[in-house]
Amino acid sequence: MEVIYYLVPVALVILVIAVGIFFWAVKSGQYDDMEGPAHRILMDDEELPPAESPESDRDRPQP
Amino acid sequence: MTHAASSPLSGAPPLDEPETCFHCGLPVPGGAHYPVEMDGEPRPTCCAGCQAVAEAILASGLGDYYRHRTDPGPTGRAVVPEELEQLAVYDDERLQSRFVEMDGEHLREAALILEGITCAACIWLNERHVNGLPGVLEFRVNYSNHRARLRWDNRLIRLSDVLKAIADIGYVAHPYDPNRQQQVADRERRLFLRRIALAGLGTMQVMMFAVALYVGEATGIEPAYERFFQWVSLLVATPVVLYSAQPFFRGAWVDLSHRRLGMDVPVALAIGVAYVASAWATITGTGEVYFDSVSMFTLFLLTGRFLEMGARHRAAQAGEDLVRLAPNMARRVEAAGETMVPVTEVAPGDRLRVRPGESVPTDGRVVEGRSAVDESLLTGESMPLAKSAGDRRVGGTVNVESPLLMEVTEVGEETVLAAILRLLDRAQAQKPRLARIADRVAAWFVAAILLVAGLTYTWWHLHAPLDAFWITLSVLVVTCPCALSLATPAALTAGTGRLAAEGLLATRGHALEVLSKATRVVFDKTGTLTAGHLEVVEVEMLRDSWTAPAALAVAGALEQASEHPIGRALRRAAEERSAAREVVARSGEGVTGIVDGVAYRLGSPAFAGGAEAPGIATPHARATRVTLSDAGGPIAAFTLADGLRDGARNAVVRLREMGLEVSLFSGDGDGVVAAVAADLGIADHRARMLPQDKLAAVAALQAQGEVVLMVGDGVNDAPVLAGADVSLAMGKASAIAQTHADLVLFNDHLPHIAAGIATARRTLAIVRQNLGWALLYNVVALPLAVAGHVQPWMAAIGMSASSLLVVLNALRLRAPRSAARSPAPAAPAAGPEPS
Repeated sequence: MEVIYYLVPVALVILVIAVGIFFWAVKSGQYDDMEGPAHRILMDDEELPPAESPESDRDRPQP
Repeated sequence: MTHAASSPLSGAPPLDEPETCFHCGLPVPGGAHYPVEMDGEPRPTCCAGCQAVAEAILASGLGDYYRHRTDPGPTGRAVVPEELEQLAVYDDERLQSRFVEMDGEHLREAALILEGITCAACIWLNERHVNGLPGVLEFRVNYSNHRARLRWDNRLIRLSDVLKAIADIGYVAHPYDPNRQQQVADRERRLFLRRIALAGLGTMQVMMFAVALYVGEATGIEPAYERFFQWVSLLVATPVVLYSAQPFFRGAWVDLSHRRLGMDVPVALAIGVAYVASAWATITGTGEVYFDSVSMFTLFLLTGRFLEMGARHRAAQAGEDLVRLAPNMARRVEAAGETMVPVTEVAPGDRLRVRPGESVPTDGRVVEGRSAVDESLLTGESMPLAKSAGDRRVGGTVNVESPLLMEVTEVGEETVLAAILRLLDRAQAQKPRLARIADRVAAWFVAAILLVAGLTYTWWHLHAPLDAFWITLSVLVVTCPCALSLATPAALTAGTGRLAAEGLLATRGHALEVLSKATRVVFDKTGTLTAGHLEVVEVEMLRDSWTAPAALAVAGALEQASEHPIGRALRRAAEERSAAREVVARSGEGVTGIVDGVAYRLGSPAFAGGAEAPGIATPHARATRVTLSDAGGPIAAFTLADGLRDGARNAVVRLREMGLEVSLFSGDGDGVVAAVAADLGIADHRARMLPQDKLAAVAALQAQGEVVLMVGDGVNDAPVLAGADVSLAMGKASAIAQTHADLVLFNDHLPHIAAGIATARRTLAIVRQNLGWALLYNVVALPLAVAGHVQPWMAAIGMSASSLLVVLNALRLRAPRSAARSPAPAAPAAGPEPS
């Protein structure tokens, strides 16, 4: 059963990593809108008349 | 009362095939013809507003919106040019400095509140439409709170252009100051999420180790492994207690430093003592460890607090949505011409021009012009009053007929509006506060626990000194205030969600609790029980060769450009409309014009002539009559009155059935108020009340022990809304009434008030059940713990089970998902009038 002395610390390291990733996700605003993304993915971005996209690109200010 | 329902007119459209508006889903009035074309097929819309909006959407290639949306869009309104002009205010640099972040010289970023969002397709539509505008760098909408962030290049586009573009597709956007609340709320939310995450992950780990310890205890674990697991548990539980449980320690400290006992005190005590004792047991190697209970405590309680915070933020947001940043602007007449200036810069003696449809910026005197002025929001008077040179005008009233030139007499603190605001502040300060049920329970519950724990320790200290500490600890853990502190937030959160589904938005945290205790509902009249604008209630034909629809069509044509309430009512009532030429409006008298080659006069009987003759006393008190005539004499007489809202009668009946008293307080004249009260069967009605009278009357009711729900809409209602125990403003109420009401009825559907009270009562019943359960659990568990029979694992299971039960019980309040999504469209269909 000595293996437990290695496995538990490994589990703790994974725990720290998980907490770190979650903190980063919260900080970067991924949890600010809990509903929108679920709907957003269903919307197609296609079927736009070809006139529009180049126009909006053209009028963007040049960096 | 919509005109379709109210008109006892002949020739009403057949109802066999009700067409619905392609854009907003409302029925298309008969005769209305505003088609739009999509996929090569014509689709009907209900009004010019919806038509314009739908055309704008389709023209920009966003027809997908109609394929993907799950709820109809907001009814389009024909956008008044003056409103668009007002948007230009937001381009003002001084004003922008309050809400715009500058990034370099030209890039700017602002936060907007979007109104009219009903489903995810609206978000898509707005994002696509605005992102397609040249000069817009980024526009992203948050679906949860209907806020948007806009980045734009000020050289290419101005903020007002973006707001106009949003208005084109039928939504309303206005900037807000995110620093005020939103950032604080966001920060609090993120901190909470981090705390919950840490507590959750930590709890899972500690529980795994705890299982090893429990099983080990039963099967005989080697002491070395036991010590190892205890140490690891300590390692994981420490950040949970120090980081995640912080809010409870802080709260307890605040409570104690104010010398009161709140819910945080036993929570902090249980977490703190259990953690310190377990750590001690780990270090010394004697006694029990409670790390799993400590972590789980923290997780459950944090979740409860998170729910509570969500409800609080939503309420705060709802309140913030109502606050407009734009100062009121005035059109000052100077030597060089007219300039728009903020009202704060106007001084007595200045001359201001007030166009029809605009509100009067401040108090003053009419210098030039004749017009009718709608004072209903300030006084409750339902009919516009005629004003001409020399008459006083009060700031906040609306000019409805023709342009006026006025001279300012009072500004700022001197105005009538400011006096109402002062009254409002006083009312708010004196508002009675009902103690919250959770706080009341908490105080004596905490005192009882501390007493029992103290006695337990004393008794065991005398009999078995070694066990005394551990048994006292198990008493503190087992009397887990967990269920008790989850009981209220879980139920209130679910109840608030249910209210929102009914169209009632709570803007204050206490609204639900007080609403459930209301004993009397006091209604305002104008704009609350009545629609607040005139409707054609009767058409009397004076010439046999004419039909009512034909007469209304001519009248509607003559009034096509009128902003006067009478003109608008006739326009709404006209099912078909002809075109009129050479229309001349004479203020206070009527209009003349030519329709289909025939000259008509429309106006007061004195102006249009001859209609006094077959005058029948109308049943509507304070109704107005206008006559349509041509060269051959009068053709028809229209009776107009401020009609009751749909469902007003139903609402009053239902409130009575629920055991509530109903009163009517109005600023309008005796006759009208009595007529409306008689119509609705309200015995207690009072007329000609000034804002301070209403406030005093409500205070008198409160002094008799009544809990008053005030329902109103006008500026004159704002003080009494602030002073009532709980208050509700209509969806189209003045901004000041809405910001001072506890609830806003967004769909203006009165029977939902009764439904809302029922929901509030059910919520409080659930709160009581939850508190009852938590107490019962304690009554059973406490003696066992006091007697020393409770193992740590038993405490953990009992605690989790009772917390879960409390949350599940609260979830029973939740509205069905479909109802929560579309409150508005269902409203007009529900609640038929019992006539």
